[in-house]
Amino acid sequence: MDRCDTIVIGGGLVGAAIAYGLVRAGLDTVMLDEGDVAFRAARGNFGLVWVQSKGEGAPHYQRWTRLSADEWPILAAELEDQTGIAVGHRRPGGLHLCLGAEEFAQRRQRMERMRREAGNFGFDYRMLGPGEVAELLPGIGPEVSGASWTPYDGHANPLALLRALHQGFAAKGGRYLGNTTVSEVTAAPADFRVAIAGGEIAAAKVVLAAGLGNAALAPRFGLSAPVRPQRGQILVTERAAPVLPLPTTTIRQTEEGTIMLGDSMEDVGFDTGQAPAVMAAIARRAAASLPWLGGLNIVRGWAALRVIPPDGLPIYDQSEQFRGAFVANCHSGVTLAAAHANRLAPMIAAGALDASLALFSGRRFDVPAAV
Amino acid sequence: MFRPRSEAAPATVTVSVEGRRVRVAAGASAAAAVLAAGLDDIRETATGSRRAPYCMIGVCWECLAEIDGVPSRQSCMVEVAEGMTIRRQIGPRRVDVAPIRR
Repeated sequence: MDRCDTIVIGGGLVGAAIAYGLVRAGLDTVMLDEGDVAFRAARGNFGLVWVQSKGEGAPHYQRWTRLSADEWPILAAELEDQTGIAVGHRRPGGLHLCLGAEEFAQRRQRMERMRREAGNFGFDYRMLGPGEVAELLPGIGPEVSGASWTPYDGHANPLALLRALHQGFAAKGGRYLGNTTVSEVTAAPADFRVAIAGGEIAAAKVVLAAGLGNAALAPRFGLSAPVRPQRGQILVTERAAPVLPLPTTTIRQTEEGTIMLGDSMEDVGFDTGQAPAVMAAIARRAAASLPWLGGLNIVRGWAALRVIPPDGLPIYDQSEQFRGAFVANCHSGVTLAAAHANRLAPMIAAGALDASLALFSGRRFDVPAAV
Repeated sequence: MFRPRSEAAPATVTVSVEGRRVRVAAGASAAAAVLAAGLDDIRETATGSRRAPYCMIGVCWECLAEIDGVPSRQSCMVEVAEGMTIRRQIGPRRVDVAPIRR
């Protein structure tokens, strides 16, 4: 039997960020990754490191997201230094474009509520009129009624991030096992065994970071992760000379020059197909926001499944029944990568999650329905 | 490098490829005209490497050219027309950000 300190189940952005943090903390770590049969949200990301839309009604999530955005430059620099892979992180601030007066009014309310909920922590935002937006973004359309802006937002290359985390993990001695579907597991406090092809791995700790797979996996460790899929579609234009100095919630220009257009939120189960009507709606909104986009060719498009907890907030927990078993789920694997590597992983290495993460416990879903 | 097959239809359509007058058969693609003109390449990528028509079936995107003033057209998917102007495309697409007035 193969023994190690920690088994991380899941090699996407959540699993890889935690696994990287664990080997950096000195733990002998094995990362199990499923392979191309998996849904792999980490391959379908839009690439925002985004703060301004996260955590309305949940200030602890707003703080966690901000912390990660603040920690991002440190992780990006470290990964580039260790692996030579530039993950393309930039933080020029970000915009949420509004079309029509009603969207602008709703956005203002939402941002103001976020500011109130932030309390002394602060939430620096501005609502910009069309004239001010036009100074930041070239050629906005006549339907643009304004935008919300914060300095916290940015973007990165999510595929480079995934690659860098994997390479950094391996460079620090982490062991990666791909094409591994976890079927047989046995759980006892601080004693976990996972059957893999040709053997068994045993560890005192296990981290469930299998995305949508966590829903079935978590109960076997006395944990709860009732996540569901939400489909998102993305369109990508041909490469253009640099034209967008900062990202918006649904439009961003990559370092290579392509302009990515998102995003849909569709409740279609595990269907990863593309839908022409949704693609058309994405293109229409993008062209209403920045009409010159209509002159660019669309060269790629795809759909992927987000991993959505019932209330949209991340799930972090340690099993009461089987100490040493941890669960991590979220739909913002890019944004939260730095928090996962630099904050969550050290907690797991130390054996306990901080009290500041108590509100993210999966036990919040264990509420009996009213009769 | 390329020449028409012996059974090809007669060349009856005249187009301009980088200023050269080229005659090709009706129904031929703009990419075929580029090859008939004997050009080594028709564009430079965003990173500066040279590209010529390759797959000729709309898949590889190597044959992008400016056709009748419209950049980034897949020349293999565009049928020639009398008087068509086909030009090299250099570097990434330049965007004219002036809002379109309708």
